[in-house]
Amino acid sequence: MDRREFIKKLGLGGAAIGTAAVVGCKGGSRGETGSSLSDVPKGKMTLRENHNSGDKVSILGYGCMRWPTKKGKDGKEEMDQERINELVDTALEYGVNYFDTSPVYCQGMSERATGIALSRHPRESYYIATKMSNFSPDTQTKEASIAMYKNSLKELQTDYIDYMLLHAVGGSMEEYQTRFVDTGILDYLMKEREEGRVRNLGFSFHGQQSVFDEMMRLHDDVHWDFVQIQMNYLDWFHANEMNSFNVDANYLYDELTKRDIPVVIMEPLLGGRLSKVNGNVLRMLKAKEPDKTAASWAFRYCGSYPNVLTALSGMTFMEHLVDNLHSYCPLQPLTEEERTYLENDVANEILKYPTIPCTGCQYCMPCPYGLDIPGIFAHYNKCINEGLMPSSTQDPEYAKLRRAFLVGYDRSVPKLRQANHCIECCRCLEHCPQKIEIPNEMHKIDEYVEKLKQEAPL
Amino acid sequence: MRKVRIILAWVFLLGITWLFLDFTGTAHAWLGWMAKLQFLPAVLALNVGVIVGLVAITLVLGRIYCSVICPLGILQDVFAWFGKKAKKNRYTYSKAKSWLRYAMLVVFVLLMILGLGGIATLIAPYSAFGRIAQSLLQPLWMWGNNLLAMMAERADSYAFYSVDVWMKSLPVLIIAVVTVVVLFVLAWRGGRTYCNTICPVGTVLGFLSRFSLLKIRIDEDKCIKCGLCAKNCKASCIDFKSMKVDYSRCVDCFDCIGKCKKGAISYGPYRANRVNGANKPNKPNETAEGRREFLTTSAIALGTIALEAQAKKVDGGLAEIEDKQVPQRSTKIVPPGALSIKNLEDHCTGCQLCVSKCPNDVLRPSTDLMHLMQPEMSFERGYCRPECTACGDVCPTGAIHPITKEEKTAIRIGHAVLVRKNCIAVTTDDGCGLCATKCPTGAVMLTTVEYEGKSVYAPVVDEEKCIGCGTCEHLCPARPFAAIYVEGHEVHSEN
Repeated sequence: MDRREFIKKLGLGGAAIGTAAVVGCKGGSRGETGSSLSDVPKGKMTLRENHNSGDKVSILGYGCMRWPTKKGKDGKEEMDQERINELVDTALEYGVNYFDTSPVYCQGMSERATGIALSRHPRESYYIATKMSNFSPDTQTKEASIAMYKNSLKELQTDYIDYMLLHAVGGSMEEYQTRFVDTGILDYLMKEREEGRVRNLGFSFHGQQSVFDEMMRLHDDVHWDFVQIQMNYLDWFHANEMNSFNVDANYLYDELTKRDIPVVIMEPLLGGRLSKVNGNVLRMLKAKEPDKTAASWAFRYCGSYPNVLTALSGMTFMEHLVDNLHSYCPLQPLTEEERTYLENDVANEILKYPTIPCTGCQYCMPCPYGLDIPGIFAHYNKCINEGLMPSSTQDPEYAKLRRAFLVGYDRSVPKLRQANHCIECCRCLEHCPQKIEIPNEMHKIDEYVEKLKQEAPL
Repeated sequence: MRKVRIILAWVFLLGITWLFLDFTGTAHAWLGWMAKLQFLPAVLALNVGVIVGLVAITLVLGRIYCSVICPLGILQDVFAWFGKKAKKNRYTYSKAKSWLRYAMLVVFVLLMILGLGGIATLIAPYSAFGRIAQSLLQPLWMWGNNLLAMMAERADSYAFYSVDVWMKSLPVLIIAVVTVVVLFVLAWRGGRTYCNTICPVGTVLGFLSRFSLLKIRIDEDKCIKCGLCAKNCKASCIDFKSMKVDYSRCVDCFDCIGKCKKGAISYGPYRANRVNGANKPNKPNETAEGRREFLTTSAIALGTIALEAQAKKVDGGLAEIEDKQVPQRSTKIVPPGALSIKNLEDHCTGCQLCVSKCPNDVLRPSTDLMHLMQPEMSFERGYCRPECTACGDVCPTGAIHPITKEEKTAIRIGHAVLVRKNCIAVTTDDGCGLCATKCPTGAVMLTTVEYEGKSVYAPVVDEEKCIGCGTCEHLCPARPFAAIYVEGHEVHSEN
């Protein structure tokens, strides 16, 4: 949209608001999508039984790492408890009963906020999952790790954890050894399991096949009650292709199913990559089901695998929750044909857009040098996904795309937090579960931005 | 004729105001000539064509320049218009204060010659207007723009982008406010008092306009000495009792022509029998503006929290970024195209046009008393980017000459200096080399050097390659003081 057009629209918008105010919202036809909460049937949530504990877990699990925030009095972001309570109440009302958090989520504020919201409901009406997130070296002692676990109980206002995970296993077995074995925290948690304060013990996995295989060998000693993996229709066959460090989800799922270990799914939307899709991809999906969202396909895909206990979704907005409830109340499993369509045709179309596989999980943040890493990737990916990358100067749209890219960049990321400030200290590297070479990518993005900028002043 | 004058005046006032407000660089392409047409900038730029043209216009038409081209003159007319609303027929004839006018002119010229242009330009009309527009109006314009940008963002439009609004200099802001207040009071009470007592340009043109071909003329046969013309003369230059006009003060506003009920006043070729110089000195009156020099060096200390490269414990959040502070430079940095610090100081009228145009927030007015309001560079908010040549493009006085992007890459305006005690590569193990990575000329490189008894892999500068663009200083992660900063060069050179 150019400036003139924008001003015209501004005027029209004003007029439209005026008219709407006069006409009011009488009658009108409702959308056919069934997008409102009132269309969701209560008590129809699909449940999956965990054969280890007999838990009946809702197929939709609540990921508590993207809770809504608001600007506090001191100008800092803080948890928007009112909205969180509302989301939790609605989720419970419609049958969501699995809440997955961690001591490090939301700048360390997730557990408390989740605890506050959940404690307003009977303890037996939901399952709590949290994690042993002893990433920081100063938490890698027995005392500090136990303190972290005890603190989780306190923040979550409970005396037992339903699902306890060793957080983010997969980098290397040495790391596993340092964090969980040498500290003795694994033994400690196994004791807690014996005594019933941990009802299920498992781990979340990001990383290499060799580590996963090793973890499966440990199953005989430890007995993993469940394992959390990254699974979606893109990662099913293509995880390794997108990142040589990762394992295809079909391998992980099959190995776990072979051992009868229930699977919890994270990143069913791959950090939004499967919900905010390119126009061509969306057309492919809408051709099958014109009134279903792109996200709903990804959720139905995950739910269609019988050994999946629950699929986690980090729902920040009520609309996310409502859309997911539509997908899962009850779940309509995909047909064999639909599943192949997603795993092959749709996945291949998505792979045509070389986005950076950032899921916006924020594990890399805060960057000590002030960069907004996920923000930079989000802008870059958005432009790639929507085909808005200014590439050829021959393109008649080039000047417009260039401006949109640069103006959009300044809008989404403050200047002092942009890629050109990366000093390549590489502290982020170890934190990224997707093993993105962040400093490298920052350098590449900045080179691209610099090239665009140098062509002409804005 | 009066209508034509008013329309042209509005065109110039709005045009030049827009020129100062606009930060996108579009206005300049259309209206840059309006700044170049200004008398004092043209003199400083030795822009012979413009000077000859303006002198010729004045010799033919009189001081029409003051009514139509000079933005400060028109601004005073706007103020005076409010005055007229409050009270009609408010002016009276006053004798010319020629001694004051010429004294001011002499002082002004002397100051300029002595290289104290910074003080002299306090009374220069065009730059005074520039300061008002840049420091008082541009922030409002930008806030308005930011509001639109906010709305545009919601509408997914890229028509507007938001910009930083920041106080570039407290003294200049204060000077601008004082100028506006003083001018408002003077214009409200006495019309063109400033133009006819203080303004050096007004004095020069006034001298010329005494000999102009076309003049306001009173027909003695028709005149009934009612005094209506004098009461409406904002220049206080009509002595109706003796039916004489002081042409050195008349700014050709043509107000009197319409006011005269007898049709006794006309504008036409001068006839010999009506000559009048009216150059009697005297009457101490109406103080020259009490302008003060401000010794304020604004230490705008913003409360900030230090950035600590601490071990990450939880996910998410953004590290605090402490504001950068201006380093102590022994030589200031002036933009490429300025040729030398001296050239800039000799030509600059402190109009702030370049400051208002700098898209990278590099230029700001100097707070140094001798060169108050003249632009200098610093890199806390951005650096002198290779694609931008805005300041040279707009400068009307030849203080900053226009250069091409290609020329810019080779003009050395300064060189980088290291402060190793601040350097992240020295103080931490993070292996920083950002200055070397981003240097556009490859003048910064990393190598092993000895520092305080240990060898560190840290940046060094090739002073010959460095052009002083400030990329390294701006991007340096050491805060609040960068570990690498630019020292200016007295005389710019080329690589």
